[in-house]
Amino acid sequence: MTPAPRPLVDVHAHFLHERCGRSDWADRNLSRLAAGARIGITVHVASILGSWGHTSPVYFPSPADVTAGNEAMRALARAHPGLVRGYVTVNPNYTDHALGEIERGLAAGMVGVKLAASRRASDALLDPVAALAAAHGAPLLQHIWQRRTREVPNQEISDALDLAALAARHPDGRFLLAHIGGGGDWAHSLRALQDVPNVWVDLSGSGVDRGMLELCLECVGAERLVWGTDLTMDTGWAKLRALEAMGLADAALEDIRWKTAARLFRLSL
Amino acid sequence: MEDRGAALPAEPVDHNALVGPYPFRRLPDPTPERLVAEMARVGIARARVGHVPSIFYRDVAAGNDELLAWLAPHRPRLVPVPAVNPAYPGWERELERARGEGCPAVRTYPAHYGFDPAGAQMRALAARCAELDLELVLTVRLEDGRQRHRLDTAAELLGADVRATIRAHPAVRVLVTNADRALVEETHFGATPGEAARLHWDVAWLWGPPDDQLAALRRTVGADRFVLGTHFPFRLPEAALARLALAE
Repeated sequence: MTPAPRPLVDVHAHFLHERCGRSDWADRNLSRLAAGARIGITVHVASILGSWGHTSPVYFPSPADVTAGNEAMRALARAHPGLVRGYVTVNPNYTDHALGEIERGLAAGMVGVKLAASRRASDALLDPVAALAAAHGAPLLQHIWQRRTREVPNQEISDALDLAALAARHPDGRFLLAHIGGGGDWAHSLRALQDVPNVWVDLSGSGVDRGMLELCLECVGAERLVWGTDLTMDTGWAKLRALEAMGLADAALEDIRWKTAARLFRLSL
Repeated sequence: MEDRGAALPAEPVDHNALVGPYPFRRLPDPTPERLVAEMARVGIARARVGHVPSIFYRDVAAGNDELLAWLAPHRPRLVPVPAVNPAYPGWERELERARGEGCPAVRTYPAHYGFDPAGAQMRALAARCAELDLELVLTVRLEDGRQRHRLDTAAELLGADVRATIRAHPAVRVLVTNADRALVEETHFGATPGEAARLHWDVAWLWGPPDDQLAALRRTVGADRFVLGTHFPFRLPEAALARLALAE
């Protein structure tokens, strides 16, 4: 009898769909699943950001594109039961629509809420979204630019200080700082979150700087780290291998691999 | 056996390693000893090694002194790749010294040294490298542009700069490190087949699934154009190896 695979939860995955304007959308989805099998991912917790820029901007998706993306995300979860779980993506500038999407999505089995970069994380407009997510016990994954020193085109960027402000207003909420390796000054984020107990750090992103994992452990500890890939699964795998080589206690490594994610997203693994 | 072309050769060689501290953030233990330990841990047989401080020294000959001394106990596993600044007196001597030390390549950093990456000094350096059969190593970037220190203002290398370098002499061989997919493609397809045959790229900044950049480039540009490069001590060596494994 083959033993059950050791769980590994990717808390920051994305999929494409047929309305995103890319002819290779299905190939990219297959590539993610194939690489996931190679790496050993047992659950992809994923989101679709509207039309991925095809009919509205990636980080400012229109309500219609948000709805279509969330429906496509649910279809993928249905097609891969247990392997793929979904975040409800929302644009908080459309408050009623965002709240409706969260109610609909969570009722249909989605497990978290995804905020892109449509509104600064510290903005009061995010309060009803964060409150509803907290009321449902759903974690909220916030796209982050690690240290905001300026504005950038096509995003209303937030950094860890912005997210910490939101988290302080919603102490019952559970927040994930997206892709610590996703660009910017990761040390700034980690120092900012050291004493913010309801923000977890997602390890995804293309960044594989030496020293980053050590500072993650120093500032937030293994108990507030969750593993993920985002758009570069090779760098996610590299960070997982590096963690395994760091001599962490087995329990700490299991927390990062899946146990903390399973608790946050209420996954039965 | 030459390692170029194989996704993961039997005895991998890291073509993009460095040693030494960096002024803009702490690099954990950037020593030759740690590099050797990391290579043993991840299964890299040998490394061609540059010197981070030489990117910032005015007189890179002094940096090359340090590099050669640091690596002496570790040769031939670690092979030095000295730095050369063609805008500073004595650069030809540094090339001769590299040749005499058995170095296979030299590195240069036009933006940091303050010379035109497509100008006369680069052409002179490329020509002399060709005459001495030394590969010329160029670096597109040291860190992700989104995280750079406010005093770290050196421009990233452009495809036009690489094309100018490869055209500077009919025999110059160039390795470009830390290039992204767009730069590889615009340079490869903006060169003649003869020019492109003298260009190699490392895999430190080419991503794997789900976009599969490295796998796509191996098909379109040619698998034999790519070499292993970890960008130690800046980046985890696991990353380059993971993407090569996922590109198979």
